[in-house]
Amino acid sequence: MSVPSETLKSLVKAAAEQVIASAPELTSLDQAIGDGDHGTNMKRGCEAVLGKLDAISAQPLDEALKMIGKTLVMTVGGASGPLYGSFFLAAGEALSHDKQLPDDLADVFGSAVNAVSARGRSQVGEKTMLDVLVPVLETLKTAAGQPDLIARVRTTATEAVERTAPMQATKGRASFLGARSVGHVDPGARSSCVLVQAVCAGLEARP
Amino acid sequence: MTDTVGIVIVSHSSDIAKGTADMVRQMVGSEVKVAFCGGNPDGGLGTSVPLIIDAINDAWSPKGVAVLVDLGGAETNSEMAVEMLEPARRDLVVVCNAPIVEGAVMAATEAAGGSSLAQVKAVAEELSAD
Repeated sequence: MSVPSETLKSLVKAAAEQVIASAPELTSLDQAIGDGDHGTNMKRGCEAVLGKLDAISAQPLDEALKMIGKTLVMTVGGASGPLYGSFFLAAGEALSHDKQLPDDLADVFGSAVNAVSARGRSQVGEKTMLDVLVPVLETLKTAAGQPDLIARVRTTATEAVERTAPMQATKGRASFLGARSVGHVDPGARSSCVLVQAVCAGLEARP
Repeated sequence: MTDTVGIVIVSHSSDIAKGTADMVRQMVGSEVKVAFCGGNPDGGLGTSVPLIIDAINDAWSPKGVAVLVDLGGAETNSEMAVEMLEPARRDLVVVCNAPIVEGAVMAATEAAGGSSLAQVKAVAEELSAD
């Protein structure tokens, strides 16, 4: 599927703006269990993406995703840069290798999630962004082709974020806190949810 | 001067990175190429992939480069930086699992003796062994 440039542009813009708007909340969550820079780091990365919005949306979807990934890698300044960067680089790479949207959406998303897992040497259940991305992937698989797919993805993401609160972190800076990380929502899971919700909202708003 | 493994120091803090590099230079003089970087792309605490790539290229040696890092994001960003190097250099850079100050000094001392990249990494990582 070729995505019209204007659609791509509005989706990327909405997602980046939503993350920027969520920066104070992400920072506050990260101050509780991390080093407090997740909001400012993601904001810096998303502002860099917005700065390249015209160039990004002029590309075919696979190249646009790779450009987003590389921009995040080069500008975020924390581990979330390579993690989100690898997500978008892998998604773009999957689309460059014969995968098509919308039919292969779960496959493409799965490649992206695997890249995050490999980059962070992390698995689901360790209180990270994977605790949102993996449940979303499962919904993309089980509800593929259903008319309410977007609504189900949104519900999945929101519920998955809340499930990170009782988890004990074993990866990232939050793992230093051990049991004290319990009771706080994971900031990376939250930023993943913000991105998923923004893209879903953008798709819902399409004419 | 014969080639020695280069050393790169990557900290969240540019002060720590520079201070560590100063200690390394005091130990090994100018026999070993040492480069360092610290801080996010805005200069605050954090690490920056483009700065790490520059540091690796500054410390480049045909024998390879050993990278010493502090906390998690420095490691993740360093691994990402290595993957973004030109293919011929990628396999000649290692990120060491070692404490940054002690690891850098030990690695540089080993490198100064002409050791291989694998030997330099092993000596630095002995510090992390129980």
